[in-house]
Amino acid sequence: MTITKAATHVTQNEALVFERSQTGRRGYRLPALDVEETALDELLPAELRREDDLEGVPELSEPDVVRHFTRISTWNYNIDLGLYPLGSCTMKYNSRLNERVARIPGFAALHPLAPEEDAQGALEVMYELQRHLAEITGLPGVSLQPAAGAHGELTGVMMIRAALDARDGTSSDEAQRRKVMLIPDSAHGTNPASAHLSGFTVKTIRSTPEGLTDLDNLRELCASGDVAGLMLTNPNTCGIFERNIKEICAVVHEAGGLVYMDGANMNALVGVARPGDMGVDVIHLNLHKTFSTPHGGGGPGSGPCCCTAELEPFLPVPRVTSGGETGDTRFALEYDRPQSVGRVKAFYGNFGMHLRALAYILTHGNEGLREATEAAVLNARFIAAGLADTFDSPFDSPPMHECLFTDKRQSRKGVHTLDIAKRLIDYGFHPMTIYFPLIVSGAMLIEPTESVGRAELQQFVDAMKEIAREAVEDADTVLNAPHTTRIGRLDEAAAARKPVLRWRPAERAAGA
Amino acid sequence: MRYIPNSPEERQEMLRGLGLGSAEELFDSIPPDVVLKRALDTPAALSESELLERFEAMAAKNAAARRPNFLGAGAYTHYAPTIIDSLIQRSEFFTAYTPYQPEISQGTLQAIFEFQTLVCQMTGMDVANASMYDGSTAMAEAVLMAERVTRRQRVLVSPAVHPEYMRVSETYVAHAGIELGRLGFDEESGRTALDPAALDKTVAAVVVQSPNFFGCVEDVKSFADAVHAAGALLVVVVTEAASFGLLRSPGACGADIVVAEGQSFGVPVSFGGPYVGLFATREKYARQIPGRLAGIAYDKEGRRGFVLTLATREQHIRREKATSNICTNEGLIALAATIYMTTMGRRGLQEVAAQCAQKAAYARRQLAALEGFSLPYSAPVFNEFVVRAPSDAAGLLRKLATEHDVTGGLALSRYFPERPNDILVCVTETNKRADIDALVAGLRQT
Repeated sequence: MTITKAATHVTQNEALVFERSQTGRRGYRLPALDVEETALDELLPAELRREDDLEGVPELSEPDVVRHFTRISTWNYNIDLGLYPLGSCTMKYNSRLNERVARIPGFAALHPLAPEEDAQGALEVMYELQRHLAEITGLPGVSLQPAAGAHGELTGVMMIRAALDARDGTSSDEAQRRKVMLIPDSAHGTNPASAHLSGFTVKTIRSTPEGLTDLDNLRELCASGDVAGLMLTNPNTCGIFERNIKEICAVVHEAGGLVYMDGANMNALVGVARPGDMGVDVIHLNLHKTFSTPHGGGGPGSGPCCCTAELEPFLPVPRVTSGGETGDTRFALEYDRPQSVGRVKAFYGNFGMHLRALAYILTHGNEGLREATEAAVLNARFIAAGLADTFDSPFDSPPMHECLFTDKRQSRKGVHTLDIAKRLIDYGFHPMTIYFPLIVSGAMLIEPTESVGRAELQQFVDAMKEIAREAVEDADTVLNAPHTTRIGRLDEAAAARKPVLRWRPAERAAGA
Repeated sequence: MRYIPNSPEERQEMLRGLGLGSAEELFDSIPPDVVLKRALDTPAALSESELLERFEAMAAKNAAARRPNFLGAGAYTHYAPTIIDSLIQRSEFFTAYTPYQPEISQGTLQAIFEFQTLVCQMTGMDVANASMYDGSTAMAEAVLMAERVTRRQRVLVSPAVHPEYMRVSETYVAHAGIELGRLGFDEESGRTALDPAALDKTVAAVVVQSPNFFGCVEDVKSFADAVHAAGALLVVVVTEAASFGLLRSPGACGADIVVAEGQSFGVPVSFGGPYVGLFATREKYARQIPGRLAGIAYDKEGRRGFVLTLATREQHIRREKATSNICTNEGLIALAATIYMTTMGRRGLQEVAAQCAQKAAYARRQLAALEGFSLPYSAPVFNEFVVRAPSDAAGLLRKLATEHDVTGGLALSRYFPERPNDILVCVTETNKRADIDALVAGLRQT
């Protein structure tokens, strides 16, 4: 197997769309107005109308627009181009079939406030997806409303708040409320941010030298008596399955708390193990990770919440329910849920993502879902084995769907994780997740997913080994990488000191 | 499974290479008592053609998607130029992720920077972020930001803000120590009534929507002075982004934070999502803004590029002290909105807005002339308005749908049981005169 490096190729320079604009160009045509025109002053008094004539907004022809966005698109790495091994992001293949499904006019042109009896197909999609997610997680209560992972997480911890208050009779008794949310030091930053927004005080649990939640530390923290719950990722952010998960959940439950699981890493578990069977009370899923709805350059996501029957009354409203076969309304939106945490978003969630996720589940079938999990873990193991001799691995436990290495050996030569990541770009790969989890110095978290063949995995392993060799023999090449991109490393510190966050007309002359 | 490149035979070889006898052994670190010992009870795999048939059959049950409709209230049917969908389906855009590595994400980053600029232009503000989940969560984040800026805990919200937006804010502030109060409503004009006496030193912000939920254009400027005199922030909510093409920008009216639903900019109604929240504010509050921000940066050679910046506000660094728990934005939808604003351009945005207003004015005149129907509010409108029917609105609209195949608007009783006869009608540039006439004729006959 030879290592192929990326080569530089033709990339057009392209200014900002504002700099391309020419007065008088048009990229649209509307049908002529077909009603009698009313004088503008009669419609709206002048003081309510715009005065700036939308100055500065671009004026472009249709080919201008197509060329502009096509050109800038070529500056992006993407899944269809190759391995995109961002740990905890699950950058798997995004099927074109699912895109087609989401664009069926009967769904895309359906207004969210259409009467329920005229939107039965959409409600059926949501109801069916809820059922399948309940089966996959082993948690029967499902809401599809949260719009992203962090949003689902917020919903989940708010449900814990509401459930505890209902149980303990502390809904209106701020002083008596359980306040402490336990979060491992390896957790994603959204976990403490969501807990804080839900009124919890965050206490951090240590990890063991094996990369697992420290049970003794957990017991100590639980002994305080004020524990509301635990937020746990499993497999955790080190890519390791928390083998004491049942005991962890039992300890928290005995202390009177509830367990929230961050479902970011569900791609390691689908069809193999279910959070509901582990003792988890509520979980969010990332449809854009595990169920392959496109990442879209950073959203839209979708973060459904799945919970136990006991927590179901606290799910957001409205719920999508099946009300039997009477008349033309089998599926309905149910609002009368007095214990619900309320709404977390207008309407019913990112329905377009629900369609894609259901299409993913039905295309795979139950066997295919498990097959994908096996293939994802196998691919991560393949990389872990391939790199074991070259890079330092902080933990001995076998990885699940992602593997964790550090720059410990390379940093002795002055080459750090960031440099290795940038150098990977020259080999044609998107870098892995770097410097996360925070508990591991110089972390490199690699998640290949199931969507990559072994030849490409081997190329990645070879590239990493080659970079390790370069770090010793030719460190400068690594330290100054990337060498093949249209721009080099950008001065992010300077950008943050004097932020320029928008284009202004005055910059036209000064611009590139 | 056709999405998995390695064949079963290849996977067997890989397992052997790792010294494993079977795929089950990959999961040896999971204790046996939590391993699922049966197949998932989800359906067996469907082929491509079978799958499409299933979804087409479900889509066919959505009768409302096929009818001319006059529904707005936070989601609007507008024309979207064809190139939007074709461009956002480029692999480089839709299969990329958050631009963590700027050297190979310049397309996404430049598009975000352009989006931020366009949002500033639309809203008349200085700074905008890379987007929020939608308009409703953007409003909730604005409420939280007002508390951070002013260190005050009371926020007064207009009763003419979208009821679902209000519900979302209530959820978000439930544990944030913020109290949501209500402003008054003038039943004659259909506008928010602000009693300056209510504005004391405890008020962090006043939130008004314009055009408001009932379609009336608020006199935003008239609120600004009183709000600022009390040391509070003025938050303006816009659910119909097409109105930016005609109405005075919230920035020009004195807003401190502007949040909007951007769905009108080329995004399908798609039963409520995914949409895109716009969030803009004044320069001085840039470091209090939630969510992602792209900014200009230069490399060693002095070449201009773009990076995510001011990350010290964000959860991955600040953890529980972050300005928000939001982790991403609505990237692809923000891109669609960017392409929409660029394609329609300065003149197209104005023409769409003008056509919406003209057609709504036509429909409003026709409906008001119907016997027994009236217009309860006197304030100027953009493209939505309330018409009061002589009988129960929900029943009337049901008959209109079944007998005349028109979705005639929204029965306001859905949100306001005390308004049984009111219909919220929305007209956009996509509603043909013939559709409007059919709506009017249908209501005359029912």
